[in-house]
Amino acid sequence: MTTFLVRRFFYGIAVVIIVTLIVFFLSRASGDPRTFFMNEYTTKEQWDAWGREWGLDKPVIEQYFLWLGRAMTGNLGKSLRENRPVLDVVMERVPATVQLAAGAFIFALLLGLPFGVLSAVWRGSWLDYFGRTIALFGQALPPFWLGIMLILIFAVQLEWLPTSRREGIPHYVLPSITLGWLTAAGLLRLVRSAMLEVLDSEYVKMARAKGVGSNSIIWKHAFRNALIAPLTYTALVFVAFLTGAVVTETVFSWPGLGLLAVTSVNNLDLAVLSGVVLFLTLLYVVVNFITDVLYAVIDPRIRLE
Amino acid sequence: MSVQPVAAAPSEPVIPGRDRGRIRGWIHEVNRYPVIPGFIMLAMVVAAIFAPLVAPHDPQFGYLGDRETPPFWHPEGSTTHLLGTDQQGRDMLSRVIFGARISMLIVVTVVAIGGTIGTALGIIAAWYGRHIDELIMRAVDVTLAMPFILVALVAVVVFTQSTTLVIGLLAIFSWNGFARQIRADSLRIKTADYVSLSLVSGASTIWIMWKHIFPGVVNTMVVVATLRVGSLILAEAILSYLGAGIPPPTPAWGLMVADGRAYLDTSWWIAFFPGLAIFLLVLSSNFLGDWLRDKLDPRLRQLD
Repeated sequence: MTTFLVRRFFYGIAVVIIVTLIVFFLSRASGDPRTFFMNEYTTKEQWDAWGREWGLDKPVIEQYFLWLGRAMTGNLGKSLRENRPVLDVVMERVPATVQLAAGAFIFALLLGLPFGVLSAVWRGSWLDYFGRTIALFGQALPPFWLGIMLILIFAVQLEWLPTSRREGIPHYVLPSITLGWLTAAGLLRLVRSAMLEVLDSEYVKMARAKGVGSNSIIWKHAFRNALIAPLTYTALVFVAFLTGAVVTETVFSWPGLGLLAVTSVNNLDLAVLSGVVLFLTLLYVVVNFITDVLYAVIDPRIRLE
Repeated sequence: MSVQPVAAAPSEPVIPGRDRGRIRGWIHEVNRYPVIPGFIMLAMVVAAIFAPLVAPHDPQFGYLGDRETPPFWHPEGSTTHLLGTDQQGRDMLSRVIFGARISMLIVVTVVAIGGTIGTALGIIAAWYGRHIDELIMRAVDVTLAMPFILVALVAVVVFTQSTTLVIGLLAIFSWNGFARQIRADSLRIKTADYVSLSLVSGASTIWIMWKHIFPGVVNTMVVVATLRVGSLILAEAILSYLGAGIPPPTPAWGLMVADGRAYLDTSWWIAFFPGLAIFLLVLSSNFLGDWLRDKLDPRLRQLD
């Protein structure tokens, strides 16, 4: 197991290095950073002084490490548009994204768990067909279109729920559904197949033969054991939310990290974009690693991989 | 142990001597094939190939006087624009048809590039093993662990958006599935007698890879490709929706939905139809992918 985790740890580091390289060359590809500060009174001496101060006279590789060092201490530069440190701009967006992800997670559990269990228990019934349809649609629905259609039905036509902005609980409903839909569908499929497998096992048959009530069999004997695979899946969900948040936040003008990434692309605010990308990639890699650890602990068969 | 034939689909067992009746038998036969998804797919492929002939209007030019005309069943709609027009008076049906063309062109190119590179690297990794194998498989792991949308957003800023960039990005994120699966298959084929015999009789490596290993992995390649189509269409649509995909004047589905977002309270059809087209195409290609997998290579069930 240790070798497996050590290996996974190094993949994580490799991903971070590749992304930092991409981000660094992005900030260089946009031209000499001195041009942003230059005006008609800038002298040659000043220009060179800036170059020495920021390490621009050094080889590119050395510049990369200087930049990396600064980034690691939280110094990501200043936002061109807002003229504030990038770290502040990024950090103030974190709560909105975390809250949205929490809402989406709750929605996914509410839809995925009960329908997953019930479609397995009543296999072949209309409820099973309903559950399987949800699962199929989850994979095929474009997330942005789902969000827009929810707005069209529940906000524009029925006027039940608000769109955009982030104020009270009702504001969370549509974005959470949009972000959580794919996860709900995945969870439903997993719970359903795990339940089917467990319900077919010897100990459930044994319990049945002993005359244990069917509710007790479903919830006490089967459900608990069927939860192992979906539990590890929920860690992966976080990763899905990261990319999903970019789309969902754009649809609902939700002031989180995803929207910040898209607006900084549109504003060509490279400093902010590199900040968001670095921050999210780190999160992504950390969560991926935690998922691997969880897998290895819960299901030891993974170790051999 | 007798060899059991692989069931094509989980259908009810045929009980000999039981007369189902011709119509029931026919329905049963049809149910074994994905008729509806197949039909949707065929219609979209035909529309995409013959877009300039099928589309009733020009997808990129419209009369502003006709703007936001509703679909034909609406009292204000007309049969000249069956699915209505957008905010610039462009015909929605024609735009959706040309959108199919863009979408499929991209997916076919990406699958061709990603599939070729992935298959070649998969065979090479399996054949040479050791360091080369290790290197290729680690590259697979790293590309699998990269946050796709974020990398795409960064790339768009550096290289400015273009169709080529979209194809390149999608290819980078789609060869890995091929490489992983083809490697697993090639490892199995590598140990076959005909491969060692061919090696003993002096065949070159290239010859063995091409004549003995490649034919054995073609089925897997086709299955992986069809299973990928759905997610690739979605990925392209998401990029275009975010403004990081196909550049604007081209009628890409994701872009059209993004355009319609602003006109939702007056003209819902602008965002509705292109999104529906994405949904139907992805749904039917997922269906066909599953069906093909069960037919050609049921071992790949875990691939989901």
